Amino acid sequence: MDLPSPDPAIMARKSAILARLREVLPADSVIDDATETRAYECDALTAYRCPPLAVVLPRTTEEVAAALKICHAEGVPVVPRGSGTSLAGGALPTGDALILGVSRLNAVLETDYPDRFIRVQSGRTNLSVTGAVEADGFFYAPDPSSQLACAIAGNIAMNSGGAHCLKYGVTTNNLLGVRMVLMDGTVVDLGGPWMDAPGLDLPGLVCGSEGQLGVVTEAWLRILPKPEGARPVLMGFESSEVAGACVADIIKAGVLPVAIEFMDRPCIEATEAFARAGYPMCEALLIVEVEGSPAEIDEQLGLIKQIAGRHDPVELREAGDEDEAKRIWLGRKSAFGAMGQINDYMCLDGTIPVSSLPHVLRRIGEMSKEFGLDVANVFHAGDGNMHPLILFDANKPGDLERCEALGAEILKLCVEVGGCLTGEHGVGIEKRDLMGVQFAPADLEAQMRVKDVFDPKWLLNPAKVFPLAVSAGRRAA
Amino acid sequence: MTELCPETEQELAEAIRAVAGPVAVRGGGTRGIGRPVTGQVLETRGMAGIVLYEPGALTLVAKAGTPVAEIEAALAAEGQRLAFEVPDRRGLLGTEGVSRIGGVVAANASGPRRVQAGACRDALLGVRFVDGAGTVVKNGGRVMKNVTGYDLVKLMAGSHGTLGVLSEVALKVLPAPEAAASLAVAIDDPGAAVAALSAALGSPFDVTGAAWLPDAGALVRIEGFAASVAYRAERLAALLAPHGAVTVERDADAVAAHWAAVRDVAPLHGRPGDLWRLALKPSDAPEAVARLGGAAVIDWGGGLVWALVPAGEDARARLSGLGGHATLMRAAPETRARIAPFPPEPAAVAALSAGLRQRFDPRGVLNPGLMG
Repeated sequence: MDLPSPDPAIMARKSAILARLREVLPADSVIDDATETRAYECDALTAYRCPPLAVVLPRTTEEVAAALKICHAEGVPVVPRGSGTSLAGGALPTGDALILGVSRLNAVLETDYPDRFIRVQSGRTNLSVTGAVEADGFFYAPDPSSQLACAIAGNIAMNSGGAHCLKYGVTTNNLLGVRMVLMDGTVVDLGGPWMDAPGLDLPGLVCGSEGQLGVVTEAWLRILPKPEGARPVLMGFESSEVAGACVADIIKAGVLPVAIEFMDRPCIEATEAFARAGYPMCEALLIVEVEGSPAEIDEQLGLIKQIAGRHDPVELREAGDEDEAKRIWLGRKSAFGAMGQINDYMCLDGTIPVSSLPHVLRRIGEMSKEFGLDVANVFHAGDGNMHPLILFDANKPGDLERCEALGAEILKLCVEVGGCLTGEHGVGIEKRDLMGVQFAPADLEAQMRVKDVFDPKWLLNPAKVFPLAVSAGRRAA
Repeated sequence: MTELCPETEQELAEAIRAVAGPVAVRGGGTRGIGRPVTGQVLETRGMAGIVLYEPGALTLVAKAGTPVAEIEAALAAEGQRLAFEVPDRRGLLGTEGVSRIGGVVAANASGPRRVQAGACRDALLGVRFVDGAGTVVKNGGRVMKNVTGYDLVKLMAGSHGTLGVLSEVALKVLPAPEAAASLAVAIDDPGAAVAALSAALGSPFDVTGAAWLPDAGALVRIEGFAASVAYRAERLAALLAPHGAVTVERDADAVAAHWAAVRDVAPLHGRPGDLWRLALKPSDAPEAVARLGGAAVIDWGGGLVWALVPAGEDARARLSGLGGHATLMRAAPETRARIAPFPPEPAAVAALSAGLRQRFDPRGVLNPGLMG
């Protein structure tokens, strides 16, 4: 993975830059002690690390603006960071970059039930947004697996999804507006607590821009009333193709489950060894969850079981009570942890049209053999968001490279069938160099023009998203 | 000046490259709003047809000039529909013509189901367009979840042809429900109506429409499987009873007619005055209606207000201090030239919008000035 070499001029001015930052920020908000900055060397994509120039942890929008203004004047790159849970390297610094962490901006600013929104500072964790409103019967819908730790700022940067977005949508569908600081320190409000943006949809443009357009410090989020209840059903099938066909039939039948999750045999085996959720040993299983009153749930699950019946399920297990529901979800929720126990793994995130599921799963199986690396599949089947986990041994020379090569081939396959490189994790540095697979030069040029407008000097998270060769002229400017 | 009517994306790109002056981009011509644009007319009707429809994947791809009616018919044949409920603006704006999907997307036109299923922009999975320099650009795709690169899909939705001319759009579609019901609560006062609508939208009963019409009172819609609709209608009727006398409509055609009237803002068709559209916090809607003083329709649980204002008057002056924004939708050309139809932006935001227009349309030829 190439990263631009640190600008020696910035490295040479480090102490002067830090002195300027300390003039406008409280002493404990500017960190350059090497042991303390170590925690900021990487995010959840731990294969890549780099110590940053320094770290600032502001407490207010004004402090964010003051810090950015100085970096803008000094020409210092800035890498915004939420909770550092990015799987794509979105918060990986370069040696000459300042990490701007929003973790201390974590307050709830306004809760409005009649108008169904909450305004929070962006460092607040995803789960604690729901935590602030659930006693009153509301929740914030997007639920990435890392929701206990991940920050709203990062959710907005990556347009995060989650298991339940089949019904409720991803971050962009639940984001009403943002307060954002531009690289030159200007504070703008884009959107607000109303259902569409005035003029151009700038909040929609900012969501998913990977921290390259500005630093979001506050967000207006849509909150929803909690459903009366929810219940999952677990279904086992004798092949991945059959399970894939069942997914398409459920969707076609007019049922809209909140989640359809898929696991294949390698994943089931690893999960069982780790979590002992009591899953059937079969080639593929689906967990389908529906919501509503008990009678509404019965009706929907009845229909789903009837559809599944046409695909000769080897197992059909409906949760009778809360405990059984938890057991059904236990394995799925421990899947990543389970894989981590037995191996190093790389988690991909390509999305494909649901109709291509059987073909893509078969091809992944073939490629896995060609490369001699096992692949386990666990993913959001309802919306085609795959999560192939490539297993490798980080201590074995050449394994990581082989794993990356297989990953690239799988993502190319996703694009080839009409899908995309990343469904919810973002491009970051991880998929940066594959962007040319999905986009023509003119497509990338159009995206980079947006950055030209928001951040003309290309100082915000500059080495991400676009292949370095493609963005070189702009970054040097 | 002859109109341009390209039949392919390639021809569209060539046509834009060749123009020397402003171009007025036209889809079906049914929802023309904004500052009047003088220029050579560019019609998109020549680029028409459904390119791909996969009911099992809930996705449809169509060329921009495809009539909405053609798309809706194809979906209905498979028991599906466009979830965002395309409004028919002809009656309201006094226009004629055939609504085309590119225009719907360019206007981000969304009906009552916005409160539950999202806006047009939320259903939009991908776009292909030609920018002001005549370059073909694609963004997004045809899958439900896609965070690969910047989201120009959202940027194009609601950009009214000022950043590029759409050539193709990919949409998420949804199953049409088995049944629907509409509850009417006899309420004359907009404040009491919004309170009732907020109660309904804050309930777990999955409301897909929440509106107030002056003569019909507060309206709440639910959709889904028949037994589920019956159950939720009963629960909502009990919930809404303290707000006024509740009647429940279960006949499918009658429910559809009620909500077509809301979607198309039927009570304000053909009435004198300028028409304004307000997006605001639902709880601010009653105050906005009172300040404007004229006939009004409330949708999106209060989040959307349609109001008639005496011709030539700037409604924004009356709304000062309230949050949200107001768009002048229908008025004489001289009024639309004098009063900015789109909400004026603070300087820093206006600079971003202007910067985007300049980058996507460096010669300033695409609907110049339409959005301000």
